[in-house]
Amino acid sequence: MKHLPVAGKAIILLFTASLLAACSGSSKKEEEAAAAAAAAAAASAQSEQQATASAAAAEQQRLRDAAAAYGNVFYFDYDSYNLKPEAVEALDAHISSMQGNESTVRLEGHTDERGTREYNMALGERRANAVRDYMVVNGVPSYRIESVSYGEERPIAYGSGESNWSQNRRVELK
Amino acid sequence: MKRLILAIAPVVLVLAALGARAELTIEITQGMDNPSAIAVVPFAWQGPGTAPEDIAWVVDSDLARSGQFAPVSRSDMLGRPSTQKDIFYRDWRAIESEYLLIGRVSAQGTQMRIEYELYDVLRQKQVHAGTETGPANEARMLAHRVSDAIYKKLTGIRGAFATRLLYVSVTRVPGGKDYFRLTLADSDGARPIVLLESREPVMAPGWSPDGTQISYVSFESGRPAIYRQNLSTGAREQLTNFKGLNGAPAWSPDGNTMAMVLSKDGSPDIYLMNLATKKLTRVTRHYAIDTEPTWMPDGRSLLFTSDRGGRPQIYRYDLRTATTERVTFEGGYNARARIAQDGRNMVLVHQQNGRFHIALLDLVTNRLQVLTSTELDESPSIAPNGSMVLYATKHAGRGILAAVSVDGGVKFRLPSRDGDVREPAWSPYMSR
Repeated sequence: MKHLPVAGKAIILLFTASLLAACSGSSKKEEEAAAAAAAAAAASAQSEQQATASAAAAEQQRLRDAAAAYGNVFYFDYDSYNLKPEAVEALDAHISSMQGNESTVRLEGHTDERGTREYNMALGERRANAVRDYMVVNGVPSYRIESVSYGEERPIAYGSGESNWSQNRRVELK
Repeated sequence: MKRLILAIAPVVLVLAALGARAELTIEITQGMDNPSAIAVVPFAWQGPGTAPEDIAWVVDSDLARSGQFAPVSRSDMLGRPSTQKDIFYRDWRAIESEYLLIGRVSAQGTQMRIEYELYDVLRQKQVHAGTETGPANEARMLAHRVSDAIYKKLTGIRGAFATRLLYVSVTRVPGGKDYFRLTLADSDGARPIVLLESREPVMAPGWSPDGTQISYVSFESGRPAIYRQNLSTGAREQLTNFKGLNGAPAWSPDGNTMAMVLSKDGSPDIYLMNLATKKLTRVTRHYAIDTEPTWMPDGRSLLFTSDRGGRPQIYRYDLRTATTERVTFEGGYNARARIAQDGRNMVLVHQQNGRFHIALLDLVTNRLQVLTSTELDESPSIAPNGSMVLYATKHAGRGILAAVSVDGGVKFRLPSRDGDVREPAWSPYMSR
């Protein structure tokens, strides 16, 4: 959002300069001076705008990188949809990276293979919704979030046993 | 982070058979203590060339799979009679066969005719004779009807061999997207036909009560939606596309209503959809998980799974009184009930010592009997005659289908030659 006021400022400057030029109109020198001043002002505003925009872009990139460093998968305990502390930390980074832009996310909830498929569909939805609710409470509007449960249908690890199951109880942010 | 674009997954609607190879094979793992010995003699082929199908072998396999019969090996047979006058009872007494089934198969144009006779070896008398006629390309189904008649004659219970199965199979693509297939096959796993293939999950197959339509959930649009499909025309209709869960469709016994799970109003609840008007009626209204609806045979109440008491248990909702009562109390995880046509035998997933088994709950005596001993058993589906329960389990790291009789005495597996198989749905009796 930061680049918008800068652009606005530049337009106002340009408008003022041309107004000055049009009104004073008596001397050619004055006109030329006014035009030069307007051009200089516009150029300076533009470079200022570019600098601010690139700084904003850099900041966005930094936040995206910071979020990416946490990864986009959040793990859960068996039959639980409570966010773990490490998930909260990672989510905070993702929430920061979503501020200042209009990006959308898709949250895909997953479970391990234990329990019935339909119950796991419901559990996967609870997990995705737990992540969604945390994001909404922390300022991400709900229309930017879609949550979908895949239950136990899309495992990361195909085998049985806790080492596989723990990888499958997750929400993926995409 | 990508935009909310719902990519249309590649979905293929296939109505062609996969060829003659049966995808599922049968391994009988446990039979009854005293099965009846029966000799199913190869039926005489009276048409041109060689017989298109070994009818007697289909019948032999059906009876063996029931666990209640021990078919005599063909190599032990001392003769191959196909008419009454050729029978020498001493040949069958000698190999201790209690019953003898003989028959003849003939063809007229595209039609096939099977004539068969069943004999009691000790009493030396015919106990049943019958014929089956139909299209020659349905030879296996005609054979299953012979099995049904023999089973009925000898056990008093209607056979369920001339029925079909739906199941979901998955081909794993590690690190990528798996292939999901919805398959229709005969009750013995033969003649598989892929009805739907998708890179997105396919779930919860079920049958209309007359066996002409099926329902299922497909994620092909990027989110779950409920579909129904006509088996003879292939025409399909998307029934739901709500935000959140769209799952567990279950046809009412009169075929007019579909029970389903939707979470569009917050948490997963049971809804009824009038299939003619598409009008929805909300059945449950609870912040807990309510899922896996199934109809009692009289259509007056629904069974469903809910964790409203803290852990998943089975509840019953009475549609007339709009009251809910808890049905299961034994154990901390009872889910996904299916009920036999008698309205009495309920099968469900029951957790015991951390393992998931198939159990039978007698709704009259309230006695719960665990039927299986493997540890990740799920999705029980009961045969239309109530005799066997088909379910999904894991064997050697693979998802397979297995079956157990309702008394727990007979067990067999239907391993797949490739891929994981799950979510079996046994058809109702098929009309001819």
